[in-house]
Formats: sequence, C-alpha cells, structure tokens
Amino acid sequence: MKLNSKIPSGPLAEKWTNHKFNVKLVNPANKRKYEIIVVGTGLAGASAAASLAELGYSVKAFCFQDSPRRAHSIAAQGGINAAKNYQNDGDSVFRLFYDTIKGGDYRSREANVYRLAQVSVNIIDQCVAQGVPFAREYGGLLANRSFGGAQVSRTFYARGQTGQQLLLGAYSALSRQVANGKVKLYPRTEMMDVVVVDGKARGIVTRNLITGAIESHSAHAVLLCTGGYGNVFFLSTNAMGSNVTAAWRAHKKGAFFSNPCYTQIHPTCIPVSGDHQSKLTLMSESLRNDGRVWVPKTVEVAEKLRKREIAPKDIKEEDRDYYLETKYPSFGNLVPRDVASRNAKQVCDEGRGVNETGEAVFLDFRDAILRDGEDAVRGKYGNLFDMYQQITGENPYKTPMMIYPAVHYTMGGLWVDYNLMTTVPGLYALGEANFSDHGANRLGASALMQGLADGYFVAPYTVGDYIAGLSYDKVPEDHPEFRKAEEEVKSRVKQLLEIKGSKTVDHFHKKLGKIMWNHCGMARNAAGLTKAKEMIRALKEEFWSDVNVLGTGEELNLSLEKAHRVADFLELGELMVDDALHRNESCGGHFRDEYQTPEGEALRDDENFAYVAAWEYLGAGKDEALHKEALVFENVKLTQRSYK
Amino acid sequence: MNLTLKVWRQKNTSDKGGFKTYKISGISADMSFLEMLDVLNEDLSGKGEDPVHFDHDCREGICGMCSLHINGQPHGPQQTTTCQLHMRSFKDGETITIEPWRANAFPIVKDLVVDRSAFDRIIQSGGYVSVNTGGVPDANEIPIPKVIADESFDAATCIGCGACVAACKNASAMLFVSAKISQLALLPQGKVEKRARAEKMVAQMDAEGFGACTNTGACSAECPKEIKQSNIARMNREYFAASVSTEKV
Repeated sequence: MKLNSKIPSGPLAEKWTNHKFNVKLVNPANKRKYEIIVVGTGLAGASAAASLAELGYSVKAFCFQDSPRRAHSIAAQGGINAAKNYQNDGDSVFRLFYDTIKGGDYRSREANVYRLAQVSVNIIDQCVAQGVPFAREYGGLLANRSFGGAQVSRTFYARGQTGQQLLLGAYSALSRQVANGKVKLYPRTEMMDVVVVDGKARGIVTRNLITGAIESHSAHAVLLCTGGYGNVFFLSTNAMGSNVTAAWRAHKKGAFFSNPCYTQIHPTCIPVSGDHQSKLTLMSESLRNDGRVWVPKTVEVAEKLRKREIAPKDIKEEDRDYYLETKYPSFGNLVPRDVASRNAKQVCDEGRGVNETGEAVFLDFRDAILRDGEDAVRGKYGNLFDMYQQITGENPYKTPMMIYPAVHYTMGGLWVDYNLMTTVPGLYALGEANFSDHGANRLGASALMQGLADGYFVAPYTVGDYIAGLSYDKVPEDHPEFRKAEEEVKSRVKQLLEIKGSKTVDHFHKKLGKIMWNHCGMARNAAGLTKAKEMIRALKEEFWSDVNVLGTGEELNLSLEKAHRVADFLELGELMVDDALHRNESCGGHFRDEYQTPEGEALRDDENFAYVAAWEYLGAGKDEALHKEALVFENVKLTQRSYK
Repeated sequence: MNLTLKVWRQKNTSDKGGFKTYKISGISADMSFLEMLDVLNEDLSGKGEDPVHFDHDCREGICGMCSLHINGQPHGPQQTTTCQLHMRSFKDGETITIEPWRANAFPIVKDLVVDRSAFDRIIQSGGYVSVNTGGVPDANEIPIPKVIADESFDAATCIGCGACVAACKNASAMLFVSAKISQLALLPQGKVEKRARAEKMVAQMDAEGFGACTNTGACSAECPKEIKQSNIARMNREYFAASVSTEKV
C-alpha cells in the first residue's frame, strides 16, 4: 500500500482555501440521513461532535468517563496559541507555522501545520463567542503571554485552567446538540473495536462499563478522538483512564500507526516521591516565564541539599548554575520542552539533582517576587502554587519549587492524510490521537490549538467530502462483520477473566512503565532498546498467563477495564521500541545517545530520516511492516534547531 | 501509618449495601487519599476480593470525577478534591469512614461510584450560548471589563463534582446550577439568552429531584473550587427577573 497524504496542490497559503472549495458537499436536507460516530469527548471529540451535529449530521458520541466534561483535555493548564498578533509583536500565520515546524524538529507536514496556524485565529473567536472567560487586560481586550519555544506573545489563557475552560466551552456546544436531539451521548462506554465492511469503517463495538453489555453501533464514518498513549509509561501526567485501546484496535484493523517513538517529556512536573505514586502532576510551563531554573554548580553542594544539611536559600548566587540561561542566552528558561527536559536530566545525571532521589532541579521565583511583588506572582500562578503546596507540603513563595521531567504528550499516533483520514477509509483520527501536526516535539500551548482546529474547523469539511460519496444505507448491526467483532470482544473478556493468575493488572502496568521509562524515555540507545524489546515480549507472555482479573464481565469491573488497556499498552510498547530503534537519528523528543552534536544537542539525519514512519500491523507476534511518507519542505529551510 | 477504613460496599444500584471494615498499614503521609485506596485495592485483589470501586481520573483536582464522603465531609477534611487530599491530613491509627455521595438525584452505581448524569442534563437544558461553529465576531470585538471577566471566570471554575449536593442537607444543586448561570449571565455573549437559560436550567434541576436551598452555605464551604454562594443570589435574581418578564422566552 502506497501512502497518499492527499496534500492539495498550489501555494502553501492557498492550499486549505482551495481544498475547502473543492470538497464535495452534502445537501443540508440529506445530512440527517448520515450517522457519524465520535469516540472521545475531549477538545477534538466534543468540538467535532458538536460541529458535525450543527451541520445536520446524526452523531453518536462515546466516552469512558461518567460525563463528557471529564475528558483529559480538561487538565491542560497553560494556554492556546493563535496567530492573532493582538500584541503587535510581529506574529503572523507564517510565523506560527514556522515556529511549529521548527519546534517539531522538521518532522511534520508543512501543509497540515500551515492549516493549523491559519485556523488558530478562528478558534479564539469561536471560544470567546461561547463564553469562554479568557484572561483580559483592564481595557477589556484579551491578554496574551509568551510560552515555551516562542518569542512572541501569542498564547491565550484562562489563569492556569485553559484546558478546563476550552473543554467546558466545547462541552456546552455538545450539550446543546444533545438537547437538540442531534447527538446521542454514550458515557461510561468504551470502544472495543472498529468494524470494517468492504474496506470501509462502518461502525464500532463497545462495552457498556456499567452492565458489561457488548454492543454494536453502525455508522457512515467513525472519528477517533481518543487522545494519546502516554500511560504506556504507567507514570505520566495523563489521567488514570487515558489509554491507547481505541487507536490500537483501529491499528489492528488496518490503520497505520505513525512515529510511536515520539513522546514528549514535559520539563516542569512535580518529582516522583515514592513507589506508591499513581501519577505525576504537571506544573504549567508558563511558570518558566518568571521562574528561573537552577541547580548547584557543584556535586558537593547538591549532596548537602539532598541530605537537607542546607536550604536552597543558603546557596550563594555564585554557587548556583542557571544552566538554561547560560547555555541558551537568547531563549533562556523558555527553550522548548525537549531541550529543557534533556538538560534537566543531564545535570541530574551529573549528580547535581536537588531532592532526596537526586532527580529534581529548582524552579525559583525569588527574583520574580522581588521584582513584581508576591501579589503579582500570585495573580499569574496562584492556583499552580496552591496545587504545588498541596501535593508537596512546601510553600513555593518561600522556597524554590522542585521539578523534574515527566511523560506528558505523545506526538505519534494514527497516520492520517490531509483530511485526517487514516489508512482505513471512513476512519478518522483527530487531536492527540493522530500524528500529524507536531512532528517530533510539540510546542507549548499547541495541543489545545490542534484538538480544536481538527474538531471545529477541519473535520466538518473533510468528513463531508467522504460522506458525500456514500449512499444513505447503513450496514445493519447484525451484519456478520459486527457479529464477528462482538464475538471477538466477548472471547477476549472471557479469556482475561479465565487466566486467574497470581499478579494484579497494575503489577504488569508498572513493570511495563519502568521498561519504557528506562529504555525508551528521555534518551534511548540501540542496546537498551534491543533489551527492552525482549523484556516487553516476556512481560506480555507473563501477562497472558499470570494476570489475575477479578469479578465478572457483566458488571462495573475496574480491573477488567484496566486489563484490556494494559494488554494493548504491552503491544504498543513493543512497536514504540521498534520505531525508536529504527530511527537512527535524534530529533525532538526522540533522543538517541548515539546521535548527538559535540554540545550534546539532538543530531538529525535529514538525508535518511526526513520521513514519517507508518507501521502496518501484520498479525499477532509478527514484526510490523514499515512504510515511509517522505516529508517535503518547500517553504522552510531545514536547519539545526538552535535556541542559543 | 496504620489505619482502619470503614468503606461503603454496594454491589449495584438495587443492592442494599453496607459498611465493611478493612485494616491497612504502611501508608505514607505523602500519599494521596486515592493512592491509599489503590494500596487497599492491590491488597484486596491479591487476596482475590473485589476491589473497592470509586470514580477518579485526572488526579490533578480538575476533572471533577473523584468524589467520596470522608468522615462525613465531601472530599474530606481539606477544601480540595479527594485526589488532592493527602494522608498527612490524617493521624496514625485513625478510623476513616468512606461513603459515596448521598443524594436521590445521584443513584449509587457500585460501592462509592454514583451516577451524576443529572448534572449533564441540567447543562443540556440551557447551560450554553447558542452559537454554531463559524460565523462569530472577532474575539476582540467584544471588550469585557476585567472585573466582570474575572467574576465570570470564578464561577466558570466549577468542576461539576457534586460536592455541593453531597454537602447540602437538602441535596440541593443550586451552587452548581448558579455557577453556570452566573458565568454566562455576566458576559455579554451570554446575556442574550440569560432569562430563558435561568428558567430552563432551574426547571431541569427541579425535575431531577434536587432539593431546595435554605442558605446554610454548606455547599460553598465544601466546594473544592470555592464557588461563591453569591452565585445563588445571582441565579435567584435572574430566575425572578425571567418569571416577571413579559418577554416570551
């Protein structure tokens, strides 16, 4: 199969406009005859479901949480980028496009990223019209701030709760369509499989998480808006329920999976405190606007800190190493996430970490408080400081915060063409679930932008183009393909329940997480990855022979839900390792020890690796087949990323 | 830390349910309350007993999915969500009683899990500005005074967890409903429909079986997001204005 990205011809700035004109339209009176399934109700899912319903399609929206408003987009803190240039500081669509391409280390598609930058301005308008209370200046107009990796102020925000406010906006639009009868909601329902009939996605099979009922839903198109797979690491900033299951099942039904090794390790998280820990908490990277990152210059001083013989405030200015400011004078503490994370790891590996575990650096607000006053700092970051204090028991106004990188976002995902369609016709992937816009590294405040761009402004056009070529007829839900998929799901439930082994699901999840973090985390190398592959295979075998899943399939059963998800993570983990192993270069979030510049920066190999890796599932136990989509850059010049 | 847990166990909605007592040891003060329950569940699972079911997701205090009535208080002794409650708030040897939210409008699904879909239906009845995607004015064409925007924002931070209902002796949902009505009524975008919104949302709230408000303020005192009681006053004003208005809504 040859990958066709379907990028429209013509100049970059006109591609999307021309494409919108060229897509086929569905007669407004006929739209209600078409059913569209949207899985996931985060920013991408809720906005797509609402927008498609407004157009007139009949939509079914599914989420595993008890309400669509709980989707993990809600936890995004910092903000959302848009090329509004309200600050008159030189921003433009092209600059946002350029920053995003460069920030992604030249591993994303020009046309997709340009479209993202173009529609970014519409997103802000849309959200304000919905009543999203963005931060404002005293004159009543919208406020902006700068954000990691950008030198203009283009980030719109709602205190430290931007994701919450945007999601509640999309949720309100979705709720309105539920009231209008255009969307039917299925909360506490998990997608278990995609059903493909005659080569087209024609529906899904779900499990009702309360009753355990396995059900079929037929449709004309299926949109997966199911987020990322960061929880493969067990410890991440993702919600506990975030999982890869929907995307992985689609992958096994023919959707190629792209760049799985591109994972983002966020530099500003609260450090791990012990083995009992269930998740990691992010502190918005907006904190890096005013906080200064440092560690002691010497290992000796760091050791005293770790033993609590001295307090951070006792360390003299000349004994502090503000390593980001020294190394990257023009970006300083605002370097992109991958660079900030890698440097934190480096100074900790040198023995200069500042907490008991040696895996933490300081993020210090002393100077900001002296400069602007405590109230001003509280006004900007109050809720984040409170959160920090609640979790750690320390007051960040008095003593510097301690932070360490943690898994946060996954740039990889299902391969999609320009229309956001996967390699299975009629099956789409939106938001973090697809691979398309962030290359090998995502810039801050770009995830919310992409989720809403896909849902509000891209899918409503491109899905219509596909639907227009279909007849109204639905595949009946008792079609043999639905029956077959249902039977497969049921037998998998049965299989999991019958193992009755000796170890809990979490035991396996934690083990997998450790393997991934140690060998496929912030830095990877061939030897470690090769070892990891064997370890994952062995763990997978052990899982299927020794896991203990309690209860029955016909009730609310958390350990069964988790078992399904962990089983899929085990398979994904192996593919991530394969992908990381084959990519013999360093780029963005993928850092291979073997490929670095003398200064320790990521060393790309554009000649051999300027492509999207798209993996095809070939069957259980088989290595997947690699397909390549060459990345063509006509509008930017590939350079080594420099933030010096 | 060693603790005794009295936990509400109920197989399903129709089961009668009752307390079960568990002993748990080796809990550190840095654990979150839910991580303490994770330890209990690993323990129970290891022994082949059904783990305690409870709702939780983001564990960052923002999704609103976690609940739990802890020692008689929604989300426990701190004014925060249960996931942000840490064991340093408890003493070694303490007995902790854990119950689900108690309200007719929130039927128990299993153990500590309740059905809060009533909140979704209330939002569906009018908790939005009726705009479609596209065709909206430029974001800066609607200047909003900062104080108004901030006041609206304070109301908008509600996470829909239901602690207000659980805290109220009447199981009233007024704080939740008023937060949404306030957020939108304060903003020019939301003003257009504010009367119809107040009427519809209050009607749906009543239909769901939530109780009336007697101004005890328990809701606001327990709210993890410190949603102010003054929102209820604003909702009542909007509702009253709508009921005496001659405008057809």
